[in-house]
Amino acid sequence: MIASEVDLDGLRDVARRIRRHAVLAVAHARGGHLGGPLSAADILAALYFEVLRIRPDEPDWPERDRFVLSKGHSCIALYAAMAERGYFPVEELMTFDGLDSRLQGHPDMRLLPGLDMSTGSLGLGLSAGVGMALGARVAGKAFTTFVMVGDGECNEGVVWEAAHVAQRYALDNLVVIVDKNGLQQLNWRDETSGLRREPYADDAMRDRWAAFGWEVLEVDGHDMAAVVDALEAARAVQGRPAVVIAHTIKGKGVSFMEGDYRWHSRVPTADELASALVQLAEPAQVDAGVRS
Amino acid sequence: MSLMPGRALRAAVGEAIAEMIAEDARVVVLDGDVGSSTGVQQLEQSHPDRFFQMGIAEQNQLGAAAGMATVGLVPVVSAFACFAVGRAFDSIRVLIDQPRLSVKITGGYTGLLTGMTGKTHQMFNDVAIMRTLPNMTVLAPADEVEARQAVRAMIETPGPCYMQVTREASPILFGPDYTFEIGKAVLLRVGSDATIVSTGVQTTRVVEAAELLEARGLSVAVLHMPTIKPLDVAALVDEAARTGRVIVVEEQSILGGLGGAVAEALAERHPVPVARLGIKDCYGESGPNEALLDRFRLSAPFLAEDIESILTAGRRESAAVTPGA
Repeated sequence: MIASEVDLDGLRDVARRIRRHAVLAVAHARGGHLGGPLSAADILAALYFEVLRIRPDEPDWPERDRFVLSKGHSCIALYAAMAERGYFPVEELMTFDGLDSRLQGHPDMRLLPGLDMSTGSLGLGLSAGVGMALGARVAGKAFTTFVMVGDGECNEGVVWEAAHVAQRYALDNLVVIVDKNGLQQLNWRDETSGLRREPYADDAMRDRWAAFGWEVLEVDGHDMAAVVDALEAARAVQGRPAVVIAHTIKGKGVSFMEGDYRWHSRVPTADELASALVQLAEPAQVDAGVRS
Repeated sequence: MSLMPGRALRAAVGEAIAEMIAEDARVVVLDGDVGSSTGVQQLEQSHPDRFFQMGIAEQNQLGAAAGMATVGLVPVVSAFACFAVGRAFDSIRVLIDQPRLSVKITGGYTGLLTGMTGKTHQMFNDVAIMRTLPNMTVLAPADEVEARQAVRAMIETPGPCYMQVTREASPILFGPDYTFEIGKAVLLRVGSDATIVSTGVQTTRVVEAAELLEARGLSVAVLHMPTIKPLDVAALVDEAARTGRVIVVEEQSILGGLGGAVAEALAERHPVPVARLGIKDCYGESGPNEALLDRFRLSAPFLAEDIESILTAGRRESAAVTPGA
């Protein structure tokens, strides 16, 4: 569906709730990642509440669209999206990273119904996605496979092995989303400024995928209408695979986490958590001065 | 009696995969640009919709196989052992073994005889590495008869599987009535002085060595282990109890492979002296096949010599400690 026919405010609120769950779960677990989950939240809301053809009450539905979170360390945001969508109770999010939890620190498809792939070793999710897209062809299925990678993840050579093969087989049933939040764990130090440099400049990222023969779309990864339209447009591309380069902000939604690479995997203090929850509270609650 | 000559395992495996493709709609092949070497090239033409050329990129090849398995297919990966296991180990561990996906990895050119390619291609560690993966079945058939059946068993049994496939023609060990079963050892010969445990094509050389030893008055049993994981510990313990001495022979490093598996099992279940013959913690080199087998003492005459010296040294030691001797 095109964005003009979609309840965009509803999707934006889903994204807000995903962020809130992520911050709460990571604070509770005293471990996990935050920067990446927060940058990916809007895209995950768009996928799970609008774009993906899925049946949460029938997670193994053979015709379902596939989603692979190749940047598996951002899984708390995926779990939150799935819980909000009805795959499992929202309360279970607080078991994240705990012993015996189905919500492992990196996704485990054998534990949690609805996860299409186990991930966690960067770069490999795209290979799995290529296999799913090829497999759909062999099995005569019409589903689309969506794979989300990070821009830091694109350092991994296997991403480009997979990109090459996807183009060779003209996998137009495969869509990659690059969550281009411009930061990785430590990043590359800029020798002149001493600042942290992003993994790839915008044109460098665009040129890489284009050179591999992919249809390249770019979008502001926090503009819900644009995200929905870009994902649908990417799905509709024919004759070759498509990539949506989503320009995002690492830590998006929590002011003091935004753009700070140290929040890749930092756990908030009690004060930081309280401050984050205020920023991620329901707009009405903020207006009423409620501190949730 | 020497064994009848046979064909290369890779040829038999390629034919067996073609048979399985024809009869099982789930089977697909992913080649890592070595199909002309591993025996699956014929499928490129006979089954173009089921043959996928993945290029020289093993990490992606193994990862894509995992993705295909999630859709209900049974992907057979055609690659060299050194690159499938060596380069793509992370794909295998994270995408195939952890989620217990039914990907069938054929590791070609395993061991010493790799067509003069030398150290990079001679993989001596694939069994040792793969058997540490919790969900992996590890197979090493000895001849074309067993290899054909192993391909079928591997495809029909759910879960991840790794199968060694050697390059060179090797003798026929099994008759047409042989039945291969995953996880079952095969006692090829009974004996009283020791049990030689072996796997893969190396078993054919062990059988020949056993005959040479018989002529020298030594009686050795030969226990063939076509499945290294799960190991047939019951058969192993039975033999250890019967002969009281085990010598493991493999065309692999003596560290961690079948020798490691046997030593671990016997140390806990039925301790007896265990010796290991194989590649002695070193790399290989290029050279003609027969010369390589002699250099690394894996040909029947050298094996017979080494086994004899182990057994006679054992006799001297026990004679030396016998009171009053």
